Amino acid sequence: MGKIWVDDNWYEVNPDQSLLQVCLELGFDLPYFCWHPALGSVGACRQCAVKQFRDENDTRGRIVMSCMTPAAEGTRISVKDSDAAAFRAGVIEGLMLSHPHDCPVCDEGGECHLQDMTVMTGHNYRRTPYPKRTFHNQYLGPLINHEMNRCIQCYRCVRYYREYAGGTDLQAFGLRNIAYFGRQEDGILESEFAGNLVEICPTGVFTDKTLKQHYTRKWDLQMAPSVCVHCGLGCSTSAGERYGTLRRILNRYNGEVNGYFLCDRGRFGYEFVNSEQRVRQTLSRQDGRLKPVPKKKAVEQLGDILKGKSRVIGIGSPRASLESNFALRSLVGPDRFFNGMSDESSHLVSLMAEILRQGPARSPSLREIENSDAVLVLGEDVSNTAPRIALALRQSVRQQPMEMTDKMKIPRWLDHAVREAVQNDTGPLFIATPNETRLDDVATDTYRAAPDDIARLGFAVAHALDFDAPAGADLSDDVRQMAERIAQTLKAAKRPLVVAGPSLNSEAVIQAAANVARALAKDGKEAGLSFTMPEANSLGVSLLGGGKLSDAFKEVEEGKADTVIILENDLYRRAPARSVDNLMQAVRHMIVLDHLTTPTSSKAEFVLPAGAFAESDGTLVNNEGRAQRFFQAYIPEDDIQESWRWLLDMMKAAGKAEAGSWNVLDDLVSAAAGAVPALAKITEAAPSSKFRILNEKVPRSPHRSSGRTAMLANISVSEPKPPQDPDSALAFSMEGSPAQPPGALTPFFWSPGWNSIQSVNKFQSEINGALRGGDPGVRLIEPPQGGSAMYFSGPQKAFQARADEWLLVPLYHVFGSEELSNQAPAVAKLAPKPYVALNAADAARLHVEDGAQIEVSLDGTRQKLPVVVHPDLPKGIAGLPAGLVPLEGSGLPAWTKLSRS
Amino acid sequence: MEKVLTKDVQPDGSALDIKRYELAGGYQGARKALKMTPKEVIEVVKQSGLRGRGGAGFPTGLKWSFVPGGTGAPHPKYLCCNADEMEPGTFKDRLLMEETPHQLIEGMICAAFAIEADVAYIFLRGEYFLSAERLRKALAEAYEHKYLGKNILGSGYNLEMHLHLSGGRYMCGEETGLLNALEGKRANPRTKPPFPQISGLFGKPTIVQNVETLCNVHHIINKGPEWFKGLSKSEDGGTKLYGASGKVKRPGLWELPMGTTVREILEEHAGGMKEGLKFRGLLPGGASTDFLVEEHLDVKMDFTEVQKAGSRMGTGTMIVMDDRTCPVGFVQNLEHFFAQESCGWCTPCWSGLSWAEKMLQSIEEGQGQEPDLGRLDFICRMAAPGNTFCALAPGAVEPLQSALKYFREDFERHIHEKRCPWR
Repeated sequence: MGKIWVDDNWYEVNPDQSLLQVCLELGFDLPYFCWHPALGSVGACRQCAVKQFRDENDTRGRIVMSCMTPAAEGTRISVKDSDAAAFRAGVIEGLMLSHPHDCPVCDEGGECHLQDMTVMTGHNYRRTPYPKRTFHNQYLGPLINHEMNRCIQCYRCVRYYREYAGGTDLQAFGLRNIAYFGRQEDGILESEFAGNLVEICPTGVFTDKTLKQHYTRKWDLQMAPSVCVHCGLGCSTSAGERYGTLRRILNRYNGEVNGYFLCDRGRFGYEFVNSEQRVRQTLSRQDGRLKPVPKKKAVEQLGDILKGKSRVIGIGSPRASLESNFALRSLVGPDRFFNGMSDESSHLVSLMAEILRQGPARSPSLREIENSDAVLVLGEDVSNTAPRIALALRQSVRQQPMEMTDKMKIPRWLDHAVREAVQNDTGPLFIATPNETRLDDVATDTYRAAPDDIARLGFAVAHALDFDAPAGADLSDDVRQMAERIAQTLKAAKRPLVVAGPSLNSEAVIQAAANVARALAKDGKEAGLSFTMPEANSLGVSLLGGGKLSDAFKEVEEGKADTVIILENDLYRRAPARSVDNLMQAVRHMIVLDHLTTPTSSKAEFVLPAGAFAESDGTLVNNEGRAQRFFQAYIPEDDIQESWRWLLDMMKAAGKAEAGSWNVLDDLVSAAAGAVPALAKITEAAPSSKFRILNEKVPRSPHRSSGRTAMLANISVSEPKPPQDPDSALAFSMEGSPAQPPGALTPFFWSPGWNSIQSVNKFQSEINGALRGGDPGVRLIEPPQGGSAMYFSGPQKAFQARADEWLLVPLYHVFGSEELSNQAPAVAKLAPKPYVALNAADAARLHVEDGAQIEVSLDGTRQKLPVVVHPDLPKGIAGLPAGLVPLEGSGLPAWTKLSRS
Repeated sequence: MEKVLTKDVQPDGSALDIKRYELAGGYQGARKALKMTPKEVIEVVKQSGLRGRGGAGFPTGLKWSFVPGGTGAPHPKYLCCNADEMEPGTFKDRLLMEETPHQLIEGMICAAFAIEADVAYIFLRGEYFLSAERLRKALAEAYEHKYLGKNILGSGYNLEMHLHLSGGRYMCGEETGLLNALEGKRANPRTKPPFPQISGLFGKPTIVQNVETLCNVHHIINKGPEWFKGLSKSEDGGTKLYGASGKVKRPGLWELPMGTTVREILEEHAGGMKEGLKFRGLLPGGASTDFLVEEHLDVKMDFTEVQKAGSRMGTGTMIVMDDRTCPVGFVQNLEHFFAQESCGWCTPCWSGLSWAEKMLQSIEEGQGQEPDLGRLDFICRMAAPGNTFCALAPGAVEPLQSALKYFREDFERHIHEKRCPWR
């Protein structure tokens, strides 16, 4: 720590940081635009000026940009100084010369950093009578709206999009006061992280186009801390509602997980909650058709079924909360509970959980992934299966080059100086996947191969690191040399990382990744092993336990069960259609709880409308093993309620003893923590419903929430009593404690004078650090210290292309492969049409060209699909877009015949 | 007086080919330098008191000494010749490149050797077609005669030299904007520190040096630092190319001892004002310097003395303003140029200059308002050195702020009379 003087008071600060950063940390309201905590300093906007003095005798001082000046020991500055304050107001005046001042009709209004900074500097009168410059706005796709006239040329958009996120199609054009930030021509922004522009832009140039469909001001939103459900990473989000519909998702800073950024699937996938496909009423089958029934009556009927002689089994879900899964498990009994994943997935998830439990390699958080300095990716196309990891890996390749700039004494926050010194140099990142990935541009080397060959490369790397690790048999010289190179590089790194996952449905790939990480750990490295997970709660459900799906089918087939309760699950995505059809024909009662109408729910006897994430409370366990709580943003209309609440209702109706004392979320959390040792710590994921700040709850709405008394005035002028929330410490109100809640309970970021998302700096213990009181979530899996683990023996045969068959592998799409977001219209627009991918040689072998129709036969079903030529796919391999072709339940990879149609 | 830089300039304006250049004593400096150590070359240049002729006047040898040298230094290292002569009123480098291209190459070989550069670039203003043609020819000759390429003259030193034509923006002449442009990026200026000497072109140690500066180097090596100092009438060593444009009798360019007075240049060499015109002021070193007026005519044109008079010597090529030219229109024209050439990076520049331009236009058209002058003062203060990212905006407001100081009455007349009194 070092000492600096600010306006004649001294403070202890980190001298390695910029003055702007330490001033913000000290609580000074210093305005800025081009600086961003994740992007560092470039000195463009000149907004953060302060007066710096040479020593205590210097009374004149000089204006410096606090973002470009180190907070070196002994620095003396004044923030209040009248010259500096006048300069800051002058900069705002300059920025506002051509700004349209259209706040009342701007989507950013009320949460605009430009508004906040303008007010902060005191500038309020436009002294120029000249016309403003205007621009053409572009169509940038279904997610982002473009309004260039509002631009203040801070360059944050292009710095984020190009330099941080690796996009290429957003650029700065032109110069002087007409710099233009857009694409070369109208078109959909290519990066899957484009949505962050909404938060990066300090004003209303880039705004959320989906919010525009049902626009609401920030101050009118009712918000809750939430967790993204669209992949296994569990990014923290803030879900905002008004008038019973979910209006938008905003990033919720979590220092260990998503930091400042989300992927576009996570940001824009929310619209499924408002979907036409929602189940809103309790349905029961009458005369062969599903018809609405009163909720109470349905519960009574269900109680009767469950009380009777029915032999009930429950099928849980990796996309439902721990509490809902646990309630189902309690209702049917642990040995009659099945986890609802496909057999392959269930096996792989439990294998990954076991590997992480044994260690010694540990599952890193996203922050730790970002700080890794050498990475091997085995089998995962993370840009599509766990996108936020891809953004973190893009930062990880800067770690080694930045050691060089450290030696040149260039501070890491001096962003462009670092980038100019580093140029295109990247640290090690090796990617082994069947097809090209959107991280290849920063990869040291890529290896395109079949799943088995990817595994064999992994085994060879492990063997090269440690002779005791089994080698992959008969490797080609090229692969052996590549394995040697990768091993040397990982070994030379300080924080090596292996990334793998279940997306290729390959046990061997996962075992290979474990071997590499274990060999590194044995060598004394702090090796990270990051597995992606297929869905939001795959790991949680796996920790909860439960049988596999085929056993559930067997129970029914063998007559051991005649009633099945299916929790938030479309079984047609989990198993071959034949098996699911057989199950449905064999059971007497099929009860489905879900948000959306699915092929499964449409065949049920009872369909119970389940609350989606924004309408429920619950706990999800992400790929790191971090349990995180999400909270209800609003109480849904109609019969919708949390799945666990339906299940409690059913238990009570059936007279189950344990349900007697279970009423609210806390009861289920404690019960699950008590019943399942692996979940013992989930009570710590967030404060309980008893939590209060000075006896008050945490308000879900900003204190400026203006409409509560007016919202329903067209129906009755008497304001209805706000609903109570027995399940959390949050209130459905703008009333409550104005103090900062703990991170896990923070519904939105707001601080006096800081209405925009930039106010997050007021919630952090230090800039880019943990939220005050700790980042949300609790890690459930920590490997034993100093433990050593066995190696998997793996050598399998090399992949052999066949003469008349192709190995069909799943290819993932950030937009399209995930079930729920695919029901969001904006995301669905970006999903590709079903296709089959082949490399050029194989396409030629089949005498088909790009776009030609080809017939794929699999599991007895046939599908005609257009061919898309992917030059990178290995010979003998064909790709199908995951989640987009109705061959879903059939486990891939599988051998298939392809024929010209 | 001894001519140094222009001694080989031919009456017909042609450039010497390499044979004739060698006969005239060319490449002797380079031969000598290659037999010295790089450190010795830097030392000689330091002793000579050579200061950068691009306008900033930074001591050349000192700048070179910041480049990491010897074994263990990062490579490749670069020398960039800043030949992007875009300063309004400035045409001194053009003469050197068009008429003495080998002189520039020889100077660059010595400078590159001193900093152990592997690659040198001449970043040439795109419109300098004749310079480009003659430099291209001279480079080919230099390669042919082994002054460039591998193992130059058997010294073991290798140097590749390339000519690069600018895409054309004033900003490309700023030291670091030049580096970005050369890398194919937007010509925005770069953060300093780190200075290019540490992290320059492609992140490697780099020296960016003006044409005229480089043209001096081999002469210094050849004839020694004391000789070089002796050429000057002031503390700063050497001769200087001085120019004059505007309504003088003989606009032109002259090589004179450093420290020649403004009066001598204006009255003796440029022949004074044209018949019937009176002198009102001049910009001593290109458009981005403050006005000097009557009282400053005896100021010595060198880096220190002009600065004492409240301006900068800049490029040493003065633009002279007469009494029949409207100072407001004069400055408006300049600010139009600067506003147009702002790269758009920092607010006081991209916003302030365009505002200033609009205000000047409105004053010149007779639509100025009383508070406009205060607003122009405000823009000048906002763009003071240190407030902006690079030197473009501070330079851009120098003619404006000094015009507001020396010719304020003329501005006021425009506003009060609601017209330009010169029209």
